[in-house]
Amino acid sequence: MPKIYIDNVEYEVPGKKNLLEACLSLGFNLPYFCWHPAMGSVGACRQCAIKKFKDENDKQGKIVMACMEPVEEGVRISLKDPEASEFRANIIQWLMTNHPHDCPICDEGGQCHLQDMTVMTGHNYRTFRFKKRTHNNQNLGPFLNHEMNRCIQCYRCVRFYREYAGGRDFNVFAAHNHVYFGRYEDGTLESEFSGNLVEVCPTGVFTDKSLKKHYTRKWDLTQAPSICHHCGLGCNIIPGERYGSLRQVIARYNGKVNQYFLCDRGRYGYEFVNSKKRIKSALLKKSGNKFENVEKDILLSELSKFMANRNMFGIGSPRATLEANHAVRTLVGEDNFYQGVSSRQQNLMNDILDVIQNGPCRTPSLAEIEQTDAILILGEDITNSAPMMDLAVRQALRQSPMSIVERLNIPEWQDAAVLEAIQDRKSPLYIVTPHTTKLDEHAKEVFRLNPADISRLGFAIANTINSKAPAVPDLDKDIKSRLGGIVNDLKDAKKPLIISGTTLQSEAVLQAAANIARALHFHNNRTEISFVVPACNSIGTAMMDGKNMEDLMAQEKIDKDAVLIILENDLFRQMEKKQVEYFLKKWKTIICLDYYEHDTTSMATVVIPAGAFSETDGTLVNNEGRAQRFYQVYPPIGNIQESWRWISDIMAATGHKETKNLQNLNDFIRSVAESYPEFRSIVDITPPPGFRIAGQKIPREPHRFSGRTAMNANINVSEPKPPLDPDSALSFTMEGFQGKPPSPLIPFFWSPGWNSQQAINKYQIEVGGPLQGGDPGKRLLENGGASNGSYFKDIPEQFKSKKDGWLLIPLALIYGSEELSSLSAPIQQRIPDPFAIMNNKDADQLKIKEGKTITLNIDDSHYKCKVVIEEQFPQGTIGLPVNLPALSGIQFPEWAKISGESK
Amino acid sequence: MEKPLTQHIRADREPLSLKEYEKVGGYQSVRKAIKELDPGKVVQIVKESNLKGRGGAGFPTGVKWGFMPPSEKSEHPRYLCANADEMEPGTFKDRLLMEGNPHQFLEAIITSSYAIQADVAFVFLRWAYKISARAIEKAISEAYDAGYLGKNILSSGYSLDLHLHTSAGRYMCGEETGLLNALEGKRATPRAKPPFPQVSGLFGKPTIVNNVESLCCVPHIVNNGPDWFKKLSYTEDGGTKIYGVSGKVKKPGLWELPMGTTLREILEEHAGGMQDGLTFRGVIPGGASTDFMVKEHMDVKMDFTGPTKVGSRLGTGTMIVLDDKTCPVGLLHNLQHFFAQESCGWCTPCREGLPWIERILLALEKGEGRQEDLDILAMHCKYLGPGNTFCALAPGAMEPLQSALKYFKEDFEKHIQEKGCPWRS
Repeated sequence: MPKIYIDNVEYEVPGKKNLLEACLSLGFNLPYFCWHPAMGSVGACRQCAIKKFKDENDKQGKIVMACMEPVEEGVRISLKDPEASEFRANIIQWLMTNHPHDCPICDEGGQCHLQDMTVMTGHNYRTFRFKKRTHNNQNLGPFLNHEMNRCIQCYRCVRFYREYAGGRDFNVFAAHNHVYFGRYEDGTLESEFSGNLVEVCPTGVFTDKSLKKHYTRKWDLTQAPSICHHCGLGCNIIPGERYGSLRQVIARYNGKVNQYFLCDRGRYGYEFVNSKKRIKSALLKKSGNKFENVEKDILLSELSKFMANRNMFGIGSPRATLEANHAVRTLVGEDNFYQGVSSRQQNLMNDILDVIQNGPCRTPSLAEIEQTDAILILGEDITNSAPMMDLAVRQALRQSPMSIVERLNIPEWQDAAVLEAIQDRKSPLYIVTPHTTKLDEHAKEVFRLNPADISRLGFAIANTINSKAPAVPDLDKDIKSRLGGIVNDLKDAKKPLIISGTTLQSEAVLQAAANIARALHFHNNRTEISFVVPACNSIGTAMMDGKNMEDLMAQEKIDKDAVLIILENDLFRQMEKKQVEYFLKKWKTIICLDYYEHDTTSMATVVIPAGAFSETDGTLVNNEGRAQRFYQVYPPIGNIQESWRWISDIMAATGHKETKNLQNLNDFIRSVAESYPEFRSIVDITPPPGFRIAGQKIPREPHRFSGRTAMNANINVSEPKPPLDPDSALSFTMEGFQGKPPSPLIPFFWSPGWNSQQAINKYQIEVGGPLQGGDPGKRLLENGGASNGSYFKDIPEQFKSKKDGWLLIPLALIYGSEELSSLSAPIQQRIPDPFAIMNNKDADQLKIKEGKTITLNIDDSHYKCKVVIEEQFPQGTIGLPVNLPALSGIQFPEWAKISGESK
Repeated sequence: MEKPLTQHIRADREPLSLKEYEKVGGYQSVRKAIKELDPGKVVQIVKESNLKGRGGAGFPTGVKWGFMPPSEKSEHPRYLCANADEMEPGTFKDRLLMEGNPHQFLEAIITSSYAIQADVAFVFLRWAYKISARAIEKAISEAYDAGYLGKNILSSGYSLDLHLHTSAGRYMCGEETGLLNALEGKRATPRAKPPFPQVSGLFGKPTIVNNVESLCCVPHIVNNGPDWFKKLSYTEDGGTKIYGVSGKVKKPGLWELPMGTTLREILEEHAGGMQDGLTFRGVIPGGASTDFMVKEHMDVKMDFTGPTKVGSRLGTGTMIVLDDKTCPVGLLHNLQHFFAQESCGWCTPCREGLPWIERILLALEKGEGRQEDLDILAMHCKYLGPGNTFCALAPGAMEPLQSALKYFKEDFEKHIQEKGCPWRS
């Protein structure tokens, strides 16, 4: 590693970085604005000025920008040099000539990178006496506020939005000191990653609109390390609470998963916790069909009465933790526990587990996807089903062209030069879906096919790569002619990636993807495969194995005194409405443990208020097989409790034999680890609840947290004892260890002088890299190696359209398809009305025009949808967004009839 | 006196047609280079001639060409861009060449493109130069018809396509890398160097950007040899120079003179000296981005080194003369207004500093100036230097300001003390 001299002291630094990265990694507080660890350097803001010297004798030196200077053996620089320091202070002075005096009323205050850099450079006196330039603001939609007067023109927003996230409707306009960052006209920002502008912007130009509705300063928030529950990727988040309600969700850095960013569903979905539909107290149906609120002790006493000596059956949930699912399983007994998914879904998940565990290919982490250099997406619209995977794929598009950058000796971090050298070149991307996707414009080739034909194409690709993979009989000629390109690109790549998933509800598609990966691995053992799964614990609960709820539904005789417990699951979303109704009506006692009211809770006899993600804790396993733990942010109000705690209480109330072994979270974690060999290592993913540093817990509140005495003064003037947290090494106060906690326990990023999210630099080993102590989470699934498993052989037949019916194909929607975020107020503004996608020829044949409403009839169920026409959509089929409220419970694949236009 | 660049330009400036130009020896250098010389040899010749860039920076043209990677090893297409975005205030020499002899310009582009093995050439033309646009467009069409452009020029196997691009009008497009970005259809902000355009230029390919006047020297160097070119000059820097003078002189205009002609000769002999009743106070010798030269400097030889010895630069060699009845603060305000407006907005010191300077100068002119204002101006002169900003626009803007503060300090102080512009009363 090269040695450099900073203010005449020798340091060893990593070779391929720039001097700003080297200085920050060493812990120096060198100010900057336009550099971003995920986006590299452009040298625009001039804030990171340092002095560079020719040799030891050069006393004068030259001012250079640290972010644009490569680390070179022996280079001599100075940070303390008076001219460089004065220049850095002048940069702030120049920025302050136009910056409004908004701090007291600006949402960014207290977590503002500009504030931090201003203090860091020491500029403090205003000599500019003229008028500031001002701008008009725009309405950019429900997620972001826009306050352009505060802009310091660091260009990060436009670089992130356009270059990193590929968005088009946001740009920089005008020139000189009038440059304007905004949309070509007012309107909702289209990118699924627009919310990241909140964290990327170093000032208060872009702020969280949902936070503004219940604004709280960063230092006043109670925060904890958590995991997003809105898809299967398991991005790390930091929710923040005050006065008993959830205020915001921001990204939690994890170098292996989501790194610095979140998708908008993950950022704004949290408002479901504040929704009117939240269940806040226990409900009991005594007589008739009306629920009565009951206190916890009454509930438990009632339960102990009618649950004693009765058979209990439990249905788990793929959106609940391992601990909660296992708790129910322990309560009802292994034989009476059923996975909370349909048998089709279970088969899909078992296929995925089989491939990951027994297939030869490794599943990359989300961040590792960025390093792949040829991608085939079989059957998934990842922009909607796993949005952060779309963001990772966009970075992977740069991977293959990096060879040009290397050849021209351009450093990787010199972002503008890299993009200039790469031009329009991209890693080859192939997309095979029924409908158009946002990534289409970056794909080398797209195929618009129905699921059966997608699968056939996949099997054919595998067979072309390696003849040992089964061949496809009667393969369509047009498809056959297009195979060569894909196969060559996949074979030429250094690190090819196959992506598939469960959205199309087709095992055949998954199996085809598995065959491609297996065949390709034979040729290149760095081939990787990644699957999109629907829920935050789909993989975890699938690993628990066992029967699925259709097995329970198929049981003819159910003891009429038996009790059914449903854990955090709206069965109407998993299976068809009439089936579920029929099933539920068989039970006299149904206990629903959940956090919001839905169709299943309305049919229950007991509803128990479970904690939502911010009010509970536990372990989830994401699509990569990474087990991650999330912690309660604040003790839930009223009778709300963690699901596992309710089960523990019910065990106590019903005299269950495991009661004394399962009292607190750690008991449940250990029980899970002991009951399943595959979960053995989840005990180690975070420090145990007894973990202390110098005898202290890790505080959830920063040392500047205010008002804890005054907060409850309306109830009682005496300051209450802070709530205890026996379940983790975190405390619900500001007392505790003031240094950096172990990475899985980081509740917020802060360091002296670094109040903004840029403080993340201080927690990393090297800026932009893994957190000190390693990124949180542990991979549980590793591939079995080439000798395990074999090619799938069930090749579906070619799709045949029907005369009197249309095959319904499920399509994922970022806003609307996911259960919990669909209850969040800002997200609801983005959910479209139900629509149906058809091929234009089919529409013409039926004389249906775009925008008209049609009714789809499946048996006795009727669904009204607006027609959307796509020229390439596979004929004979109709695409429907999954699980929009009006379309809930459709069991794909389904055949439907269309009954004319509605007026 | 030999005037290779302007010898055929008519008094009414009607451009020569291709045939007329060929009659006086036009396109000979294309024949000679393409048929008799290796591309590398042409580069060598231009290097030896000591031709220096006439766009303002004065970088040796042959050396710049020499940084192009070998054609067999590089990405293609390779590009030559002729920087015809003449927008430096006070500069109007390229206009003369393009309007008066567009075919000389095209010949220069073709010969130079051959030397660097460019496949495509662009003329990046200032939007306001509409007469040049028409002349160049017509000339390109004639050149294609005559086989000097297109595939297999003069059956040599060398092909070159030439396109005229008229810009949307910002000064930053005259900056080499800003030009490349504008030509690509992007915002006209500059690029960091390294990587240099020879490595990653237009569309990421090897590219050379040269000024119009620099290019127009090339055919004559190729025809007559580097030694001839060197002998045209009074000093080490080769060739002639088109000098220009504007301001209140008797005969403002352009003259092609040996490189290294003295300031005195240009101002007094060719420009006829100051108008009656006016005294010379100073001159900005190379377009607005250069430092003032004053009476003491009249005998400086105006080549690329002479002015630097007295704290200025040759720049474009077109001078703006300051007389004793014009307010220097007002002159500076005019210039800084231009620079502030033309800032691209990319880097902080230029974007925020130049408008501050402009407002101070306006305040001085309005009689609202304060003593501290001079300290602020001095701070800007110190810190808006090369390397501190992203490109040379702001450092250029500081050159007339810092020299005005040096030579005309009294005038600034009078504005403050007398609370107004002494020239207005």
